[in-house]
This record gives sequence, structure tokens and C-alpha cells, in this order.
Amino acid sequence: MKLDAKIPAGSLEHKWDNFKKKAKLVNPANRKKLDVIVVGTGLAGSSIAASLGEMGYNVKSFCFQDSPRRAHSVAAQGGVNAAKNYKNDGDSVYRMFVDTLKGGDFRAREANVYRMAECSLNLIDQAVAQGVPFGREYGGYLNNRSFGGVQVSRTFYARGQTGQQLLLGAYQALMRQVGKGAVQLFARHEMLDLVVIDGKARGIIVRNLDNGEIERHAAHAVVLATGGYGKIYYLSTLAMGCNGSAIWRAHKKGALMASPSWIQIHPTSLPQSGDYQSKLTLMSESLRNDGRIWVPTKADETREANTIPEDERDYYLERRYPAFGNLAPRDISSRAAKERIDAGFGIGPLKNAVYLDFAKAIKEQGHDKIKEKYGNLFDMYRKITGVDAYKEPMMISPSAHFSMGGLWVDYELMTTLPGLFALGEANFADHGANRLGANSLLQASVDGYFIAPYTIANYLSGDIHTGKISTDHPEFARAHEAVEGSLQQLIGINGSKTVDYYHKTLGKILYDYCGLARHAAGLELAIQEIRKLREDFYKNVKVPGNLSSMNSELEKAGRVADYLEIGELMCFDALTRNESCGAHFREEYQTEDGEALRNDSEYQFISAWEWPGMQGEPILHKEELTFEVLQPIVRSYK
Amino acid sequence: MKLNLKVWRQKDRNSQGQLVDYTLDHLNPHMSFLEMMDTLNETLILNGEEPVEFDHDCREGICGQCGMMINGIAHGPLENTTTCQLHLRSFQDNETIFIEPFRSAAFPVKRDLRVDRSAFDRIISSGGFVSTNTGQAPDAHSLPISHQLTEEAFDAAACIGCGACVATCKNGSAALFTSAKINHLVLLPQGKEERQERVINMVQQMDAEAFGHCSNTEACEVECPQGISVLNIARMNYEYNRALITRK
Repeated sequence: MKLDAKIPAGSLEHKWDNFKKKAKLVNPANRKKLDVIVVGTGLAGSSIAASLGEMGYNVKSFCFQDSPRRAHSVAAQGGVNAAKNYKNDGDSVYRMFVDTLKGGDFRAREANVYRMAECSLNLIDQAVAQGVPFGREYGGYLNNRSFGGVQVSRTFYARGQTGQQLLLGAYQALMRQVGKGAVQLFARHEMLDLVVIDGKARGIIVRNLDNGEIERHAAHAVVLATGGYGKIYYLSTLAMGCNGSAIWRAHKKGALMASPSWIQIHPTSLPQSGDYQSKLTLMSESLRNDGRIWVPTKADETREANTIPEDERDYYLERRYPAFGNLAPRDISSRAAKERIDAGFGIGPLKNAVYLDFAKAIKEQGHDKIKEKYGNLFDMYRKITGVDAYKEPMMISPSAHFSMGGLWVDYELMTTLPGLFALGEANFADHGANRLGANSLLQASVDGYFIAPYTIANYLSGDIHTGKISTDHPEFARAHEAVEGSLQQLIGINGSKTVDYYHKTLGKILYDYCGLARHAAGLELAIQEIRKLREDFYKNVKVPGNLSSMNSELEKAGRVADYLEIGELMCFDALTRNESCGAHFREEYQTEDGEALRNDSEYQFISAWEWPGMQGEPILHKEELTFEVLQPIVRSYK
Repeated sequence: MKLNLKVWRQKDRNSQGQLVDYTLDHLNPHMSFLEMMDTLNETLILNGEEPVEFDHDCREGICGQCGMMINGIAHGPLENTTTCQLHLRSFQDNETIFIEPFRSAAFPVKRDLRVDRSAFDRIISSGGFVSTNTGQAPDAHSLPISHQLTEEAFDAAACIGCGACVATCKNGSAALFTSAKINHLVLLPQGKEERQERVINMVQQMDAEAFGHCSNTEACEVECPQGISVLNIARMNYEYNRALITRK
């Protein structure tokens, strides 16, 4: 398969304009003849559904949560980047493009990254018009924060709830269209299959999660804005319901999956404290401005942190990365923590954490100053752990957070299946092998508000004479039966182990072999282990209840069944990339002092995987990356 | 630690429900309340029983999906905390805990502890927005807004839509939820254009759902995980009366 990214002609800064100049349009009278399905109601899903509704298309919007406002964009804390240069500190679209491409370790498309930076300007305007209460200065103008990996202040924020406020803006825009009848809303509906007719995406099969009914929905185009699959590790910063099922089922219907092993592991989440644990809460990265990270110099240390003398502490980030110290980037900090924990120096009851210590900062700046800066985070820490971090160091550990990988999309955000679009975290497009902080809200928003409305219209212009797509088509019947069959199969197994058992076991395999550090032998072993686990799942999983009523265990079982396949593909992806880049660190490919060793001459491409069917190994296609404006360089933080 | 649970079980919207006793032992006090529910369900499944359905998603207090009445208190004993942020150390060993859904006429029970809160979506849909289409916005700095006003609007906008206010209100009123959105938007210049229609439509929609009237008991503010102030309700009443008098 030849992958055509369809990058428009022209210089970098003119490509998006050139696309818009030539893109085909659909006249307002024809728009009401065209139906679009949008799955997911996070920032990307809500914004595209609202925008298409405003333009006059018939839109159906689906989410598995009980309201669109609950989608996981809501949980993003820090902020959203935009190259407004309101701080007069030398920011520009070009500089933001450079930071993002470098941050992604030169494994993203130049044209996509530039467009994201370009569209960031409009996003802030749009959000303010919707009433998003961004932080402001006393003069009434918008304020900015600094974030990791950049030298300017370009992060707009709404306290520590930027995701919530941006999502509510998009949700309200969506609900306005729902009120007008332009968008039909289907909350508590989960997509279980994609329907492909004559090579084009033409609809979906969903399950009504409240009553178990399977429904068919047809459209001229299908948009997946279903977020990331980092929850595959079970313990993650993600919501319990986050899943990869929509994109995975689309993948099995022909859409290629790009770089699935690129998953960001965030360095500062709360550690696991027991087998019962379901979630690792994120603690804002900003804590590393004043907190010092350390472990004891003695393995299996049993003393309380405060009683360990200074010369028996290893401030390993300061030791290894003197130039950046405790503010080393996410991938580096997470890996360094894992190195110490694996070597037996981890702390806490499960020996799985490191200390984040504020004693020095409190001594130098005073209790009140630290409280002013981080009071809400210290409160949150106390709520969860019961520990007062003003008196004892916090315990933190790395946790799965964001999937840079996802469905392969071209410049128009269309997958390899015509009529199937993927937006936001569900696609792979803009972050390369490592995402910069405050770029995820941005990408989801610009995909939905400013990019897809043009590119979907460009596609739909070919469908104005098609007429309604009927759900009576044999492909709908086939997909419907297949969905019922697989649900029936899951319930019919009636084994002896719960769905969570499989999810937790898979998560552990992936953390061990396809997490922060990977090596060939481990990945090969993981593939075998995952296959065994999958086999066991289909023999011994126990899913109670039935198909025709609310059944959250059945929902989980379907998602875990998909995770058991996605996990294997992640390992293949990591195994075939013989280099280290961004979140992908292969132990065989490192410098003498343990830093990532990229291989641009052989691996300057995006891996796009084709589903081989239930037998056989995934088939690799390559999209070569070319850099015309910015030549790849080595990232160093020493 | 050991806990004796009395959990509301109800097959579906139309069935009669009842409290069912469960005992859990060897619990870790550092467990979150929802992890305790996970543990209960794990046990039930392995015993061949159907697990307890409950709403939850982000488990960090921001999505607003979780919510239970715990010993008669919405989201349990801690202040400004969602159910997912509650941990077992807030309870005594061998304590008996009543766990019930967020009951209200406007929140019908779907199954066990899950309730239907779609009435909130319909209230937002009736006017909880600024009518701006994608692409219409002027530059963000063309409209300075004072720091204080933004912070005030934010205090109202912080609502997570969990419904604790309704569940805890003896009248089942949605006044706190509705007023929070009305005030978030009317405080900001962007939201002023539609202030009359917005407040009238949203209040009408609130009344059309099965929510009761506010009688100023202020119980809602006490249980709100985000600490949304009841002053929002007073302001909503002002806005509503103003709109009735001034509308053409």
C-alpha cells in the first residue's frame, strides 16, 4: 500500500492556505442531504459535531458516558498552547512549530505541525468568545504560563482546570446544536463496529449501554474522536472508560494504525499502593520547579524519609542531568526513575516510587510561599494519600498518560479508509514520538474546530448525489450479527476469572516490556505472553449478566478483548523500530551515558500497520518523513 | 478493616429496589471508596452474582460522573469531595455504611446506583451557551475582562454537573446547577447579549423537568464538591425577574 499524506504544495507557511483555496465546498442547500456520524464528545468530537451542525449537515453524536461533558478532555489540568506572543517574548507560529517538532523527536510531519501552530491563534479567540474563563492579568488581558520544553510563555490556562473549561465551551456549542435539532445526541451509546460499504466508511453499529439494544446508524462519513488508549496499561492517569475499541475496530475494517507503541509515560503521578488500585492520579508537572527528586543510596531502605541523612540520598536527576536537573523532560525523568526503582532503590510499601521533596524549598522560601504556589496540589495529595507533604516528601512514580500513536491519517485527517476521519488523540498526527505539555488540548481543538470542517466538506462534496445510506444494506446486517456474536461469545465463556484480572495482567506485561524501556528479547517474550493471555481470556473469562440489559462488565470485556490485540501490535511496533526516539526507548540503542540514540538514516518514517486477520503477523507500511525546513538534531539535556 | 454495606439494588427503572447487605473484610484503609466498590463487585462476580452498577469515570473529581448517597450524604462525609476522592480512612473499622443512588424525581434510577441525569443536558441545551459559531470570534484581546470578574465567573463555571445539589435538596431543586451556568455566562461581556432569553429559557426548562423549587435551605452548597455558592441562586432570581420586566 502506498501511503499518500496528501501534503499540499507550496512553502510550509502557505500549505494550509493553499489547501483551503482549492478544497471543494458543499453548498448550504446540499448540506442537509449529507449525514455525518461523530463518535466521541471530548474536545475534538464536540467541536467537530458542533461545527458541522452549525454549517447545516445532519450530525449524530455518540458517547459512552452519560453526558458529553464527561469526556476525558475534562481532566486536563495545565493549559493550552497558542503562539499569540501576548507576552512579547519572541514567540511566533514558526517558533512553536520548531518546539513541537523537536519535542516530538522529529517523528512527525512538518506540514501538520506547522498547521497546528498556525491554528492555535484562532482557538484562543474561539474559546474566549464562548465564555471560557482563561486566567487574566489585572489589566484585563489574558495571562500565560511557561511549560516544559520551551523558552517562551505561550500556555493559556483556566486555573488547574483548563481541560474542563475548554470542554465545557465545546459541550455548550454542541448542546446548542442539539437544541436546534442540527445534532442528534446519543449518550450512553458505545460504538462496536464500523460499517464499510464499497470501500467507504458508511456507518457504525452501537450498543445502547442502558438497555443493551444493538443499533445501526448510517452516514456519508464517520468521524472517530474517541481519544487515546493509554488505559491499556490498566494503571494510568486516564479515566476508567477510556479505551481503544472504536479505533481498533476501524483498524480491523481496514484503517491503518500508526506507531501504536508511542505512549507517553508521565513522571509525576501517585504510585500504586496495592493490588486493588484502579487509577494513578496525576500530580502537575509544575511541582518539579521546587521539588527535588531523590531515592536512598541504600537499596531496600527501611527508615522514614526524614530520618535519612543528606549524604545517604541520591538526587539522581541532578546527578545525571546537571543542566536541567529536576526539570528534565518527561520521557527522561520517567526513565531515570524506572532505572533507580528497577535497581532496588524504590521507596514506599511496594518499593515502586521515588521521593519528591519540598524540604529545601520550604526552608528557603517559607511554608507560605510554597502553599501559595502549590497549595491545591498539596491538598489533593493529602486527600488521596492522607499525608501532609509540607512535613514529609511526596511519593511519586511514572504512569501511562497519552498515546501519540493512533489511526494513521493524511493531511486531511482521513484514515486509509475513505470517509473515515480520526481527530484528536485518536489519530497519530502531530506529536511525533513525544508530546509537549499543553499541546493535547490544542490538537484536539484545532482538529475539530478549524481543520476537519474544511477537509470533511472536501470529501463530502463527492456525495451530494449519493442519497441516504440505508441501514438495510447487507454490510450493516453482517456487522450487526458479528457484534452480537462476539458479545454472546464473551458472556458464553462463563469461566473463573474476572475481566479486571486480564486487564491488570496485560497492563503489567506492557509496563514491564513495552513501557518506559524496551528491548528485543523482552518484546518477543511479551508477544508470546500476550498471546497466551488472550487464549486464556477466551477460555476462562467470566462476564456475568446478559446482552439485553445494562452490563458494565460486558462493556469492559469488549474493551479488554481489544486491548489484548492492541497490546500485541504495540510490541510488534516497538520491536521493529531499532532506534530510540521520544517515548520509545530501546535499551540496545543508547549512548554510552544512557541517552536515547535515534537512527535517522533508517527509521525516519511513521510505521503504519495493516491488520492481517486473526492469523498472521501485522503488515508494516512506511510513510517516509522528509524535513524541508528544519533538519533533525540531537536532543540533549545534560 | 471490615465494613458492613447496605447497598441499594434495583434491576431497572420500573422495578422495586431494596437495600442488600454485604460484608467486606481485609480492606486497606488507603483504598478509595470506589475501589472498595470494585472489590465488592469482584467478589460478587466470582460468586456468580451480578455486580453493583455505579457511575464513575475519571476518578479524580472532575468529570462529575460518580455520585452516591453515603450514609445519607451526597458524596459522603468529606467536604468539597466527590465520591471518587473519598477513601476508607474516613470510616471506622466495622462501620455500617448505607450506599444509595442520587435520588430525585428528575433523576430516575436506571439500575442499582446509576441514575439518569440527562435533564441537566437539556437545561444546558435550552440556553446554557454563548451563541457563537465556529470561526466568528474576534481577536481574544479585543475584549479585556477584569481579573476579578473572570475569577467570579470561574467560580460559577467550575460546576462539574454531578447532581449532588439535586440529590441533597429536599425539594429536588436544580437551582444551584442552573444558576451556576447562568451566572458564569452573564458575568462575562460575551454572555450579556443573550441574558434575557437565556435565563427565561433555562428556568422554563428546569421547571419542565421534574425538579422542585428552591426554598433556600442552602443544603446544595454544603454538598457541592466544587463549593459553588448559593449566591448564584439569588443572582439567577434577579436575572429572571429582570428579564420578565424588561423583555419586549
